[in-house]
Amino acid sequence: MSAVTARPSPLRGDFIKLAAVALAGLAALVLFPNDLGLMTRIASSAFLVVSLDLVTGYAGIATLGQAALFGLGAYAAANANLAGLGEPILMVAVGGLAGAVAGLIFGAVVLRSRGLAQLVLTIALVQLVHEAANKLSDITGGSDGLSGIDVAPILGAFRFDLYGRTGFVFALVLLLATLAVLSVIVRSPFGLKLRAIGRDPGRVRTLGAAVMPALLVTFTLSGAVAGMGGAIEAISTGVVGLDSVSFERSAMALVMLVLGGSGSLYGAVAGTAVFMGLESIISAANPFHWLIIVGVLLIVVVLFVPRGLTSLAGDVRRLLAIFGLRRDKR
Amino acid sequence: MDTIIGIGLDALAYGMLLFIISIGLSVMMGLMRVINLAHGAFAMVGGYIASYAIRQLGLPYVVAVPTAVAATVVVALPLEFLLFRRIYGGAEPLKQVLMTIGIAFAVIGIVNAVFGPTIKPIPLPGPLHGIVDIASHTMAVHRLVLIVAGLVIAAGLWLAVEKSNFGVRLRAAVDNPDMAAALGIRTDRLYLVTFGIAVALAAFGGIAGAELMPIEPTYALRYMVTFLVVVSVGGAGSTTGALVASLIIGLVDTAGRYLFPSYGMFFTYAAVILIVELAPNGLARRSA
Repeated sequence: MSAVTARPSPLRGDFIKLAAVALAGLAALVLFPNDLGLMTRIASSAFLVVSLDLVTGYAGIATLGQAALFGLGAYAAANANLAGLGEPILMVAVGGLAGAVAGLIFGAVVLRSRGLAQLVLTIALVQLVHEAANKLSDITGGSDGLSGIDVAPILGAFRFDLYGRTGFVFALVLLLATLAVLSVIVRSPFGLKLRAIGRDPGRVRTLGAAVMPALLVTFTLSGAVAGMGGAIEAISTGVVGLDSVSFERSAMALVMLVLGGSGSLYGAVAGTAVFMGLESIISAANPFHWLIIVGVLLIVVVLFVPRGLTSLAGDVRRLLAIFGLRRDKR
Repeated sequence: MDTIIGIGLDALAYGMLLFIISIGLSVMMGLMRVINLAHGAFAMVGGYIASYAIRQLGLPYVVAVPTAVAATVVVALPLEFLLFRRIYGGAEPLKQVLMTIGIAFAVIGIVNAVFGPTIKPIPLPGPLHGIVDIASHTMAVHRLVLIVAGLVIAAGLWLAVEKSNFGVRLRAAVDNPDMAAALGIRTDRLYLVTFGIAVALAAFGGIAGAELMPIEPTYALRYMVTFLVVVSVGGAGSTTGALVASLIIGLVDTAGRYLFPSYGMFFTYAAVILIVELAPNGLARRSA
């Protein structure tokens, strides 16, 4: 058994998946030149779902309020822009920073309780932000949304075009960079500790590791990722609506995460892409039929495919290996 | 002074409505340890059936309401042994959230496909239409009935839980389900009955409160947050806790709407966060 040499490096697996996301993005650019608005929204929503994955999939804390961090990032970036900041990369940085601060506060409030109380706190927080955003129409535009965002060319060189090509490539590149950084983080000792906390926080505490600081760091990191996504959505669509800080958006993000497979960064991305792609096709016919499909799918996934639809790919591979059709690497 | 009485009466009616709908959710959470995000969907289904029975079938109000409540229970009971039973026990809250939100989505979609997206009114019969004077303040009769119904239900539940044989089994199963089962209490049957009562109360609340919470397809999620808030503030499984929590939420929300209408429910959620931070297990820890 030459286990050591035969086993592919885990980083290589990450690299392949990252390349797959990049290829899928480029394919979308070529195949759907008229739907790049949707493709960009998928990319920005992927930030939201990945950020949720850090908290829920890895650290094991169920939240129905993640969109609060996303929306706050969007509002921060949009306001920075209205105050004169044109450079999109800096706007994303502002969004990420605002999201990180919001994430830290969010975590500090939510982590004080557990179970139902914790879930209700996450809902109450997103609703609180939503009501506040509705009220503070001077800086959020209220229910009309915040418009008038005017973005300068990226690094002074790449102008945003009418078809949204620049916007999509911008979002895709940032998503790839974020995924690359996060795959290193989740493989680090910190990432392993996080998984352990997700499985059994009590045992981790007994082993002498500090749970609370690790969770606060996770919420901050998650807020930064969500805030970046919000900023990218603000940049590409030019408006920030109240729905970006809504309970509905948070719940949908959780649905995408679970359908794709929580506890896996690429499952989160795949879940977002498949969900939003199908949604745009089916909702166009009838939005309520889409709800029925999502509802039934959720029930089926919870009962029969608890690790998400992307885990089915692994099952198929294992099945093929059993029948000798494919040599199992392990 | 007049405003204070006005707020007080409206808050009382709204609070009682929240209690009627949320108490079933609370008991299910205390007994079966399940976070049921589909509870609002049951209230909505009750409202739809009642509206259909009165406006399309022409049934009188007093017949239509119990019929709609019964029909909702009949529709919901199969879900108990097909779906809910698999997620009882507090081990996997995420699983519960996802499955029950899935049920809520599906119900919203189906209800919209069958009844359409418009608001469905539930016409009140003549006697409930009037207005009465209370302390020189006018109040709609149906709100008064809502308050009385809430009090009757609270008293009935208290008697059932504290004094009846059923209540003894219920409390035993809440405290220790395995031990209760070992002592010969048929917990699965107990769960089914409790589920049925919870759905019936939700459906009744949905019908009786249609004036305050209009029946439309997004009802199931729109008000679900408020019901969950009541349960977490009151403490899962506690009748008195749910009653107190309902009245607090009703008061904060109504006062906020009267005094600072442009803030929406901002103060309600701020109060909820404050209460949950101070008392993470709810105002009343004691079970059922």
